Amino acid sequence: MSAYYDLLVSPFMDFEFMRRALVACFALSLGAGPIGVFLVLRRMSLMGDAIGHAVLPGVAIGYLLSGLSVWAMSLGGVVAGLVVALLAGATARTTGMKEDASLAGFYLASLALGVLIVSAAGSSVDLLHILFGSILAVDDEGLFLVVSVGTLSMLLMAAIFRPLALECFDPIFARAVGAGGGWAYAIFMGLVVLNLVAAFQALGTLMAVGLMMLPALAARFWSENLGTIIVTATIFAMVASLTGLLVSFHVELASGPSIVMTAAAIYIGSIILGTRSGLLARLLRRPHYHDPKEARR
Amino acid sequence: MTPAITLTDVVVAYRRLPAVHHVSGAFEPGTLTAIAGPNGAGKSTLMKAIMGLMPLSSGRIDTAHVSPRQFAYLPQAPEIDRSFPVSVLQTVMFGAWQRTGAFRTISKVDRECARACIANVGLDGYEHAPIAALSTGQWQRTLFARLILQDARVILLDEPFASLDERTTDELMALVHGWHKDGRSVIAVLHDITFIRQHFPQTLLLARERVAWGPTAETLSQDNLIKAKAMTDRWARDGERAPQHHHDHTGHAHA
Repeated sequence: MSAYYDLLVSPFMDFEFMRRALVACFALSLGAGPIGVFLVLRRMSLMGDAIGHAVLPGVAIGYLLSGLSVWAMSLGGVVAGLVVALLAGATARTTGMKEDASLAGFYLASLALGVLIVSAAGSSVDLLHILFGSILAVDDEGLFLVVSVGTLSMLLMAAIFRPLALECFDPIFARAVGAGGGWAYAIFMGLVVLNLVAAFQALGTLMAVGLMMLPALAARFWSENLGTIIVTATIFAMVASLTGLLVSFHVELASGPSIVMTAAAIYIGSIILGTRSGLLARLLRRPHYHDPKEARR
Repeated sequence: MTPAITLTDVVVAYRRLPAVHHVSGAFEPGTLTAIAGPNGAGKSTLMKAIMGLMPLSSGRIDTAHVSPRQFAYLPQAPEIDRSFPVSVLQTVMFGAWQRTGAFRTISKVDRECARACIANVGLDGYEHAPIAALSTGQWQRTLFARLILQDARVILLDEPFASLDERTTDELMALVHGWHKDGRSVIAVLHDITFIRQHFPQTLLLARERVAWGPTAETLSQDNLIKAKAMTDRWARDGERAPQHHHDHTGHAHA
């Protein structure tokens, strides 16, 4: 019993930074879970990655102006991310080019600008900190930021759920009934940026993409119901956070990558074991349904 | 009688190539009209233009008394992502959008209405089936159930019976006749000339330009059908060259 306690509980009981890290990751999971699911459904799985890179110049400018201040760096990151997302969206809409193509164009420019600013300022250590973060450094302000963003994300996602789902599912119908999901989608893009920036201190912006996308991709293998998929993704993200933190504590590995690797393990496990379209489910043929009601899980 | 939908010299173009070319005329209220014509005749484009989903290059579309919210539109089958994780009931429920909007609670009455619509298209028992598991016919029935729930005054159907078997086609066509009897306007893009003659009192024969528009028997005369084919052939043969013009205009460029 006490072996389990030492393994699973005492790291959090004994060390404040572990408690902070856990709370931060749980808060991130609450926002990142649902957002990741919609990114997957919108066939924009790589968008988080692009935005994660695009925030760099803003974070760098924030850092140059006020040093390692959470608020300045976050504000800069949010502004840079939103500018890139809006420019990409507007370009796609007005020129008829695909959204992922214009996003690629703008985020690459943004990333180069960010690297330019950081290198001109002369320190490369800080760049690593921004992109990969360190959970052990979550201070009060960082924790407050992450928890605020997590709360806001959950509330807003609940509010825009219906128009956003319709916009992703059947955009032509959405336009025909005048549901024009444009504003819902704009709010959603804002939340993507906000969540990735909020995560930069805890996980690093790039690792945060992992916590956003991998649980969502894994959850798709377990259900055919949007609500269930979102809850599953959120739980997966939390399990990955908890497990990853414990692994990083006991084995003394970097925390961000440990969390994302755990999420990746869940994803690979889901590919194999998933009940909906996993490999095992395909191999072990189960009897087909004889009444459509049986398929309702 | 005030026409429900009036087209005045409508031109719709993709990358400056007109798909619908100077079409004028009117869909009278409460009529059941087929839009016929060869591939590339601009049938689907005209529908999108009426729904406001495509900008007009020139001309006007007036929907006199009917507000845009009173229009329902069924695009061609492959336009929706069938892997999306929603059920039949959830898909149909979106048809209640005018009442529920983005935020209002879906009432028990709304849900019962949706179930009734699902039963109406012969899908009872499938309410909770994921749409990914449906056959082509069942999926089209689902979309018809959503149309019923929308309760629109004007209903536009783009190839609603493509790749459906006879039984499904007959049952869905019976619903269309029901809408017509209710006094709704129904406009459907169709290929099957025999089917149109059987079911549709009015026809618009389109070949980028209006070939004929009126009672089906007159519109679908042998002469007109040959004319429609010749007009699209001319476009195909001449590539991007424009057809002969009966007037000068500068509204859009003809390469």
